[in-house]
Amino acid sequence: MIRAKNIFKAFGDTEVLKDISIDFKAGKTNLIIGRSGAGKTVLLKILAGLLEPSAGGIWYDEVNFLELSKRQIREIRMDVGMLFQGSALFDFMTVEENVRFPLDMFTTMTKNEKLKRVNYCLDRVNLAGNNDKYPSELSGGMQKRVGIARSIVLNPKYLFCDEPNSGLDPKTAILIDDLIRSITVENEITTIINTHDMNSVMEVGDNINLLYLGELAWKGNKEEVLTSDNQILQEFIFASPFLQRLRDLALQE
Amino acid sequence: MYDIGVGSLIIVILISVFIGAVAAVQFAYQLDGTLVPTYYIGYVVRDMTIIELAPTITCLVLAGKVGSNMAAEIGGMRQKEHIDAMEVMGINTAAYLILPKVIASLVVIPMLVAIAAFLSIWGGYVASVPAGWVTSAEYIQGLRSFFEPYNVFMMFVKAFVFAYILTTVSCYQGYYVKGGAIELGKASTSAVVISDISILLADYLIAILLTG
Repeated sequence: MIRAKNIFKAFGDTEVLKDISIDFKAGKTNLIIGRSGAGKTVLLKILAGLLEPSAGGIWYDEVNFLELSKRQIREIRMDVGMLFQGSALFDFMTVEENVRFPLDMFTTMTKNEKLKRVNYCLDRVNLAGNNDKYPSELSGGMQKRVGIARSIVLNPKYLFCDEPNSGLDPKTAILIDDLIRSITVENEITTIINTHDMNSVMEVGDNINLLYLGELAWKGNKEEVLTSDNQILQEFIFASPFLQRLRDLALQE
Repeated sequence: MYDIGVGSLIIVILISVFIGAVAAVQFAYQLDGTLVPTYYIGYVVRDMTIIELAPTITCLVLAGKVGSNMAAEIGGMRQKEHIDAMEVMGINTAAYLILPKVIASLVVIPMLVAIAAFLSIWGGYVASVPAGWVTSAEYIQGLRSFFEPYNVFMMFVKAFVFAYILTTVSCYQGYYVKGGAIELGKASTSAVVISDISILLADYLIAILLTG
């Protein structure tokens, strides 16, 4: 579990996050949603330790992340995986080298053990046999899946996903969502997904947190989205008349 | 190490040969009609090259070639979130990405400077002997006259300091780049400009410190 408590973040005079407190549960897909500029990416980067909050605390299980020494942070980061919006694959490395990279850096596994683990992760994301390809030879969806394989290769306890579906067609987006969810449940990972993809919200939203102008405007789950009377949530999720009609139909059923 | 060394060899060879050649020809022109012995051409080319031209010009050129490349490479990794990805994994990115470049530069650039010094002296020979400014024996006599091994030490001190400056400045500019392609271009330019100014400033300080 990851707990964010009273997080504030400002860049100069601009306050980006205001008093955010959220519990992200283990074994669940925890979503941070909101419009562009709501502060989602900043919050995710703070949770992942890439940015420091102006005030507040982050707890990884019972450990206060912000009070750790550099060595302790390095240890805890071996339990962290992150999927980036642009995949962030090293384009000068093959798929296999990309996925093996964390193993090379942090384990004393033999070459064969590493290859076995890499192949298992690639198989898990349905990319078996693509070891020797370079990222430029892969489609956007495949790159995301390599990113997922790399982020789970060290068996992380915490997984951060920044806009995992951006730039993907709806079918591939659902594939990625399902993959992240099944990995989360199988390994009891605390997964935090930053998204504004409505399919993701309605498919994998175990624990949804809506940010609006840097504040937590609503929290709930995918079932509660339909019935909530929160105006900001309704305007965000059901933005088009078509979606509003769908919601009304779903409520009638 | 390969990129910095072998990758820069051709430009270093070209520049150093021509600098030596130009230095020899111009000094020979100034000696014309004076009582200064012509073997001084070899002596002056040797000392100018070792003390100043080889380390300074080579490193100014390398700041443009290697420094801008380092800034663009690291800046590109920052923009493509490669550095963030490494940091999330717990990797000390400064040590992982920058330290090897600094070490490679400290090893390779003094070698390039030594090659540049040798070729520059050879360039002076090629330009002045066949043209009849000085005989081969006189040029070699000049090279052997008044030799101060301390000057070679000074050349390597400069090479090490300049290598450190151009690598760290360039990597810093790339590592802390923010924004998109335009900012990356600016960072690359800043890497060259700041490195060049710093190298010239350091050149002056070293000259004062080591010759004072």
